[in-house]
Amino acid sequence: MIGNLPYFAVAALVIFGLFGAIFGRNLVKIAVAVSLVEAATNLFIIALGYRNGGSIPVFTQAGGYADYMVLPTPQALTLTAIVIGMATTALLLSLIMLLYRHYGTLDVREIRRLRG
Amino acid sequence: MTIWREHLPALLLALPLLGAFAAPVAGHFGSRARNVWFVSITALTALVAWGLWQQVSASGIVVYVMGAEHSRLTLPSGMALPVRILLEVDAMSALMAFMGAIAALAGALFSVRSMERFSGLDQFVALYLLLTAGMLGMEITGDLFNFFVFLEIASVASCGLVAFWRDRPEAVEASFKYMLLSTVGALMVLVAVAFFYGRYNTVAMAGVASHLQLGLAEKAALVFLVSALAMKCGTVPMHMWTPDAYAEAPAGVTCLLVAVSQAALYGLFRVCFTLYGASLGSSAVAWALIIMGLLSMFIGVTMAVIQKDVKRLMAYHSVSQVGYMLLGMGVALLVLSDPQKMAAYGAMALQGAVYHLFNYTMYKGLLFLVAGALAYAAGSRNLNDLGGLGRRMPQTAALFVIAAAAIAGLPPFNGFVSKLMIYESSFAVHPLLPVVAMVTSMLTLASFVKVFQTAFLGPEKAALREVQEVPGFMRGGMALLAVVVLVLSLFPTWSVGSFVEPAARALMDRAAYVGAVLGGGL
Repeated sequence: MIGNLPYFAVAALVIFGLFGAIFGRNLVKIAVAVSLVEAATNLFIIALGYRNGGSIPVFTQAGGYADYMVLPTPQALTLTAIVIGMATTALLLSLIMLLYRHYGTLDVREIRRLRG
Repeated sequence: MTIWREHLPALLLALPLLGAFAAPVAGHFGSRARNVWFVSITALTALVAWGLWQQVSASGIVVYVMGAEHSRLTLPSGMALPVRILLEVDAMSALMAFMGAIAALAGALFSVRSMERFSGLDQFVALYLLLTAGMLGMEITGDLFNFFVFLEIASVASCGLVAFWRDRPEAVEASFKYMLLSTVGALMVLVAVAFFYGRYNTVAMAGVASHLQLGLAEKAALVFLVSALAMKCGTVPMHMWTPDAYAEAPAGVTCLLVAVSQAALYGLFRVCFTLYGASLGSSAVAWALIIMGLLSMFIGVTMAVIQKDVKRLMAYHSVSQVGYMLLGMGVALLVLSDPQKMAAYGAMALQGAVYHLFNYTMYKGLLFLVAGALAYAAGSRNLNDLGGLGRRMPQTAALFVIAAAAIAGLPPFNGFVSKLMIYESSFAVHPLLPVVAMVTSMLTLASFVKVFQTAFLGPEKAALREVQEVPGFMRGGMALLAVVVLVLSLFPTWSVGSFVEPAARALMDRAAYVGAVLGGGL
């Protein structure tokens, strides 16, 4: 049960994030919500690669536990995903900045010139 | 000769990436140097894609392992699963890469002149080439995680390009919408990749496909992948971003964006046929695709008929055209595990879908370029402001007629052949399916007659008396796509036999895709 705790955290974060992204009215809050989903995804991958009691996945520093390590691939994947996430968040925020300059508001209900 | 031929898959990605990051350096030497750099990089990429396609059609699936002692060594030191970054190019990937590279070249030729009055072109060229790299990467990677990375590269670059005219509020709004949906969609793809990793300890597509057994995790991953990729190619419940982004992006970029959305559709093909294939079991996914296809076709075209903005009208047609591909794909998926029905009509449905995908990318890119040419010459995209331009811009008008006849499926154009294949095969499933498709086709014709009549025919407007034909480079970009459309139209047997049929066969042959990687290599 306690071992599954990370997965419950992932599910909760994804639900909060999606809820915020869909029902949020403030653009910055929407960006924060998307970052939440991103963090949840990263946590999910890291939790998948964790082995209880495993050592760090560096062969020369693992000491006597060299045959029992946490998986290194998910950590590499997560590092890549974090960098990509930073780039998308930065782009989202800069677009929000431009939108604020044009429309003078961050409320999604007032930013709707493109319809139909 | 043989040495660099072996490295074609890596070159296909390295060229546009190098082009992107060196574009500001080329721009340092003046706008002429930058334009030469821009066009030659895209032309070289198209050449490499053509070479890769020839290699694949001559000798079967090409596998490339990044950073191994030997580029074909997929399983070093007796490992059971591949550990390095894999590129895997079968006939379908090669066709997609070739098609995407042509669209990129046409858009580049067009942009050279159509964008010259704007500033910030170094960044424009860099983002354009980055988008090309992202698209090609999605199409030739053999690794699910890399697919996610290239998907993100493509979405970041395309959002930058959609918002290129950042002084227009609409462009920024469209870009934000697209970015939000793309980010959430890409994260869904990443969650699906994590599910696969958790179950099979690998992210290589071939590795996952060879062990895949449908369980709860796989079903969840399938839902995530299908919904995210269907969103990226603009099918109906998730199509809201399509008209905005396509209409607000510069025309040369829209031409490439069409090819990029088809890369997402390629991902959907890959997931359904290669990753899951016959182990899909029930027909729920196939019917979901068919229903999404029908909705996209009909809603897309009815929204298109009422538009006044030329580019927005064409963007809604993109939604409706993607529906044809989904319909063909769904029909093929429905009968995938039944060899008899597969031979009777399933294979034809898949070929129709792949052929329509090829045709659509070419004529749709051409249509968007024509819309861009109208906006460039007449200064407006609103149909109410246009009129009588056929006399002033006869060549653009002729190119428009070619593309419009192709999209409306008039015989003998290529759109007719691929649509006919989809009608015939979907009729075998249920007679109502081709009815919806044909009604859509008629409405498509109606709305393009409307565009032709209002923009090119009719009395000349006083404000448009000074309009001139667009510059040679822009016509060159359009002519390139028109030539491809005409070749596909005049030689349907040849184009189906050499491009489409091998691609459809590669999609159906799951064992070959798996074997090329897990056979050990060398």
